[in-house]
Amino acid sequence: MKKAIAMEVNGGSRELEVEPWRTLLDVIREELGLTGAKLGCDIQVCGACTLLVDGKPVSACSVLAVDVDGRRVATVEGLADGDRLHPLQESFMKYGALQCGYCTSGFLLTAKAMLDENPHPDDDQIKSYMGGSFCRCGCYQEIMQAIRSVAQA
Amino acid sequence: MAIVERPQSARDGQRLDYQAKLTGRAAYLADMKMPGVCEGAILRSPVAHAWIRYVDASEALKVSGVVAVYTKDDVVRGTGIEPYYGPVFKDQTIVAVDKVRHVGDPVAAVAAETREAAEEAATRIVVEYEDLPPVMDVRDSVKEDATLVHETVRIPEHGFADLAELKPIENTNVCTHFKLRKGDIEQGFAECAHVFEDTFILPTTQHVALEPHGCVASFQPDGRVHLWSTTQNPFVVRTQLANIFKLPVSKIRIIVPYLGGGYGSKVYPKIEPLTVALAQKAKRPVRILLSREEVFYTVTKHAAVIRMKTGVKADGTFHAREAEVLLDTGAFAEIGPRVAKKSAYTAAGPYKFSHVKIDAKSVYTNKPPAGAFRGFGVSQSAWASESQTDIIARALGRDPCELRMQNIYDEGDEFVTGEKLWSIGVKGCLEKVAQEMKWSEPMPAPEDPSRVRGRGLAALIKATITPSISCAAIKLNEDGSVNVFTSTVEMGQGSDTAMAAIVADTLGISLDQVSVLGVDTDVVPYDLTTSSSRSTFHMGKALELASLDLCEQLRKFVSEEYDVPFDETRAEGGKVLFRENALDFREVLFNHFGMQGGTLVGRGEVKTSIKDPETGDKTTSSFWFVGAGGSEVEIDKDTGRLRVLKHATAVDVGRVITPLGCQQQLVGGAITGLGQALFEQMVFDNGVLVNPNLVDYVLPALGDMPDVITPITVEVPHKNGPFGAKGIGETSLIPVAPSIANAVDDAVGVRIKDLPVTAEKIFLGMLDK
Repeated sequence: MKKAIAMEVNGGSRELEVEPWRTLLDVIREELGLTGAKLGCDIQVCGACTLLVDGKPVSACSVLAVDVDGRRVATVEGLADGDRLHPLQESFMKYGALQCGYCTSGFLLTAKAMLDENPHPDDDQIKSYMGGSFCRCGCYQEIMQAIRSVAQA
Repeated sequence: MAIVERPQSARDGQRLDYQAKLTGRAAYLADMKMPGVCEGAILRSPVAHAWIRYVDASEALKVSGVVAVYTKDDVVRGTGIEPYYGPVFKDQTIVAVDKVRHVGDPVAAVAAETREAAEEAATRIVVEYEDLPPVMDVRDSVKEDATLVHETVRIPEHGFADLAELKPIENTNVCTHFKLRKGDIEQGFAECAHVFEDTFILPTTQHVALEPHGCVASFQPDGRVHLWSTTQNPFVVRTQLANIFKLPVSKIRIIVPYLGGGYGSKVYPKIEPLTVALAQKAKRPVRILLSREEVFYTVTKHAAVIRMKTGVKADGTFHAREAEVLLDTGAFAEIGPRVAKKSAYTAAGPYKFSHVKIDAKSVYTNKPPAGAFRGFGVSQSAWASESQTDIIARALGRDPCELRMQNIYDEGDEFVTGEKLWSIGVKGCLEKVAQEMKWSEPMPAPEDPSRVRGRGLAALIKATITPSISCAAIKLNEDGSVNVFTSTVEMGQGSDTAMAAIVADTLGISLDQVSVLGVDTDVVPYDLTTSSSRSTFHMGKALELASLDLCEQLRKFVSEEYDVPFDETRAEGGKVLFRENALDFREVLFNHFGMQGGTLVGRGEVKTSIKDPETGDKTTSSFWFVGAGGSEVEIDKDTGRLRVLKHATAVDVGRVITPLGCQQQLVGGAITGLGQALFEQMVFDNGVLVNPNLVDYVLPALGDMPDVITPITVEVPHKNGPFGAKGIGETSLIPVAPSIANAVDDAVGVRIKDLPVTAEKIFLGMLDK
């Protein structure tokens, strides 16, 4: 019943046996204990479960773990370099771009993917790229400031 | 009491929870692992209103991995529990017993080794229903021949003190009728030159905290039950569980991790009673994590229909206000009676009326239960009151800002209830917002000639829960660092940081010396609730008092040790000062215990009363929160499409404790208000909710944001708040919707009276003109 898969997770190789119906989010959270990505809507619209697969943001609630076999996964836990926070994390802290924090992992990873593709996006590009994530505490203004400051650095 | 100026330990960007939340290491409920836990699934009613003929779980028990199934038989067949509960009336049961009263009403629950097995088993439970006509609109529900949602409603022996006089009206769907009276309303209208009457409507909405509700319950070998739960008021939940399961509260331990948002959706019992019941039956720890759809069935914001009649004198003086506020509390009263009461208190707005007659009714329907939602009845009454204020201004040819200023409360004015209002900077808020919106300057023309712009304002006053209790403690360690024990739940509002800052600033030590434990009812002292924008004022004050208590004990030690009169010692900057000496708290503790070690505990408590402790005056609210908002909108004349270009929000915070926290609460509240104003509504078709998901229930996203939302803090200190601070959590949400509707009227002359304000309504309104 279970299928063997291998993924590179935050730079380290992981080999697992998973049931074919389990989602990437479930496996990353329950099997690997990386709980930074959250379940929010379960239908890939809220962005809380976003992970990067081969550098691109995906809704991990709606991707099967077996489909990520042989690919590279990045989670929020791998964003900092040891004790040194990623510039996006620093900037989110400085501008106060989070309150409850439930959406934060998704926003950080999506912003990272955007900046990897386009290091200097303008406001419209940021709004468009980041449009698939909800922050229910209403930190959008601070999130824009935080991302803008990294994009302009 | 003199208000102490405060140093500010909390800098911008510094929050105690940020390091964990930014690195994915903050533990929320669903992130915790518990050995041997069963997963729970709930079978919910597919119909809005029906008698339950029978429930047959025999097939469910055959599913591999199933540990226990809980049905109405377990509720009624004497497992030693009290079947009925609820924060105000005992109209809820752990699962439905006689009737289902809304789509999504829990009918049975399954505990199994895996979530898949639990869900599979739940589908095999057979239930036979006998349909009843659902009542889906408060206007139908209050009719004499309406089908009853509850045939009887049980009243608890010991309810909330402020709701004691509110009883359900027998043989009706009205579970609360709160009356607020001042003067003689008929005489009032007779004395007016103009009388206005309008009806305003708000739909049912949902909080959509991104983290769904969750609970883990585990019975211990000693008979105690431990819970981990997403609750905003663990002590109220503990009391309710103690009543249901007939346990002393000491045998119930509730631990609350970080919450992924609350906004009122996580106050009072939600899935805790069912999780505990299932764990009791399964004799195993049980975890229930709600799906997004289930969250929509668990708690909502009250829909409302508000008929408002206002009499105005020839010179624009507001004179008489009559309102009937019908609040849709859904299938259960929940905290609806208090929502009605709070709604009534502000149905006359922040304005001086000589004659007032408000009737606020909390009404049962067959919708999912409505409870607390940021704004708590006031966003409903303010939608009506602030919209009508502009209707009046336009009819009289008056400037809406100036008309508000003419009638608005000022320091020392008398409220509708007869009490005097203090620390009431609403005038300042309105002035600052008008200034920020460039109210007195002409509107700049839009670049695109097919569009038109408008501006609108709104103001508000709201009460906080009174009476209430907050107890707190702090612990001084042998190295001079401090642990804080508070039951205020960190759900994103930044309370851990604010509380630590109050302790640090009172003791005169740096913020990094202060740690906040988190909520565990076995350890932290009692607090009523993290809601009603009450925590900074009440818990913050309790912690200020706890810090002062600690200082006093340290001064006593020094006074005895060095034989110096107590009055000649001072505690300041983390030191005890006497004569020319200054001893660190650490040194004082070392001297007292004679070695490195020991603990000193400071205690503080705040209890508010419906009477002022000093003057004996009536106190409806331990403080009032006031504010104003302004919106500038641009509308496409061909389609009615609306964009909010700018929003300014001013809140009288009393005193800023953490500058970043104030900014986040003001802007964040306004964005929640934007969703309520423009998008959000739960849509029902024959009792069935058609949009219980985040595709069809539309939330504001980054692209919907105005170009700028400007937060403005006004500081009119309150004598009883820590450093003069008041609560700020709900204020900025409330004026958003009416300020937008007023801006729409200003732009295109269309008056929208039912939320949300959509392009379609504006377009149809323009066609009618």
